[in-house]
Amino acid sequence: MNGESRAERRRRRLVVAVPYLWLALFFLAPFLIVLKLSFAEVVLARPPYTPLIELLDEAGSLYLQVRLNIGNYLLLFSDDLYLRSYLNSLRIALVSTAITLAIGYPMAYAMARAPERARALLLMLVILPFWTSFLIRVYAWIGILKNEGLLNAALTGIGLIDEPLVILNTDWGVYIGIVYSYLPFMVLPLYASLEKMDLTLLEAAADLGSPPWKSFWSVTVPLSLPGILAGCLLVFIPAMGEFVIPDLLGGSETVMIGKTLWAEFFNNRDWPLASAIAVILLLLLVVPIVLFQRQQAARGSEFGK
Amino acid sequence: MSARDGLSPFGVTALTLGFAFLYLPIVILVIFSFNESRLVTVWAGFSTRWYVALFQNQQIIDAAMVTLRVALLSSTIATILGTLAGLALARFARFRGRTLFTGMIYAPLVMPEVITGLSLLLLFVSLDWDRGYWTVTLAHATFSMAYVAVIVQSRLVGFDRSLEEAAMDLGAPPLKTFLVVTLPLIAPALLAGWLLAFTLSLDDLVIASFTSGPGATTLPMRIYSQVRLGVTPEINAISTILIAIVAVGVSLATLTQKRQLVRRRREEALARRA
Repeated sequence: MNGESRAERRRRRLVVAVPYLWLALFFLAPFLIVLKLSFAEVVLARPPYTPLIELLDEAGSLYLQVRLNIGNYLLLFSDDLYLRSYLNSLRIALVSTAITLAIGYPMAYAMARAPERARALLLMLVILPFWTSFLIRVYAWIGILKNEGLLNAALTGIGLIDEPLVILNTDWGVYIGIVYSYLPFMVLPLYASLEKMDLTLLEAAADLGSPPWKSFWSVTVPLSLPGILAGCLLVFIPAMGEFVIPDLLGGSETVMIGKTLWAEFFNNRDWPLASAIAVILLLLLVVPIVLFQRQQAARGSEFGK
Repeated sequence: MSARDGLSPFGVTALTLGFAFLYLPIVILVIFSFNESRLVTVWAGFSTRWYVALFQNQQIIDAAMVTLRVALLSSTIATILGTLAGLALARFARFRGRTLFTGMIYAPLVMPEVITGLSLLLLFVSLDWDRGYWTVTLAHATFSMAYVAVIVQSRLVGFDRSLEEAAMDLGAPPLKTFLVVTLPLIAPALLAGWLLAFTLSLDDLVIASFTSGPGATTLPMRIYSQVRLGVTPEINAISTILIAIVAVGVSLATLTQKRQLVRRRREEALARRA
């Protein structure tokens, strides 16, 4: 018996250890390297950064020299470009999350109240775009939004506007892109929480004389709060660091932090500065990411019951 | 009106507008891939010339082959690792470092891609690994295993363990129980996870741009560099092909899953009667 449980323990350890070590090496360790590199200096070499710790031999004495360059962080807080990138990302992510919620909630609500037979199909219709390439879906908007694009052609065609609307290469293009790309992430958790709601609660409220809009605000919305939180986090966190959407649909004025990081890395080859940008972005996202994890973990154990 | 009345006019409107918003851009993209004209906004008649041009574009074909190889291998690695991780999450309530482990599973789901890409690149540089096919594959396996783990975990927590216990009581060793009882039961989740990992890899631009090297340009990287030069029907054509592949794959997966569900329900009903 004892031997069997020891074998069982060994088997369990193996099941945990393999993914654990993999994630430690390829997910956790890289962050520590980013942190380390954010204190390095950029040089023209391969790789293009200075070591932090060096063993120096000066006149026969050995020195272990640790050089931490805080210049990258100082630059981030003094140069207008970086502050503007962070603030812009925050604003754009918040506004897009709000718009996504405003569009996603009625959809999720209608899906949850749809006849049961139709729900599986509606659910699949929401999930399907999520499987199609993100890049392609963003690309699809270029042809629609540009000045001589389909939207403007349609609007001028029906005589609604005379001058084309300039949407592509502005903040509006980015809002549309983010809302469009992340809408399924908002609808799915909302649907999950609205679908399992006990409808007799609404009937009870109605029996007690509550008008429908009031029952909605005081019963439905509070009960769907977990879904609202999950959906907003799933949109807000990736939108903060978004690169493809502001790059393809935004203009040169639309600086977002993901785009700035990309430019520092690929165009200026300043790896240490790009690392510092990533560290600050991660610090800004720590609270929402931990909130998200808590919620996912709670949901996981709720399933177990 | 009671809440059980089903769809209100408001609900119908919300769903119609919502789905139009989700699908119209894709439909327009597909339509204009068959446009005779090079202009993507003026319809000039049906043509498949952009598809022909596509198959003569060696750069696109090379990139597609790289992407396919990366996606096949990375999604397979991700499924193996993600299944183990999902098992650990669902079955082992307590082990040392579980909090960190859960954190490392859920964080990649929302982590901005620029951060994941940059950090993996710096790891590969510190390890002095040559960047290329292998580094992209490892990077993709790492971020998509989290998705597989979550799918497998949610399948396992809604899982009837009495079947496993019965097999063990009848003398099946743990590994055999896993292979003969557990694995077939969670197979739909593994398939869904593999497909998701595959499409995530097929789709990824940002992480691949950071972790790839010369000779390993993936299809999204190629598409992106062409998109920056402007909208062309050729990109519409390659997009249409990718959309078709995904649509067929997802429908097949959904159908098999549904058929299995129906069969399981029937078997359960039979067992209850017996």
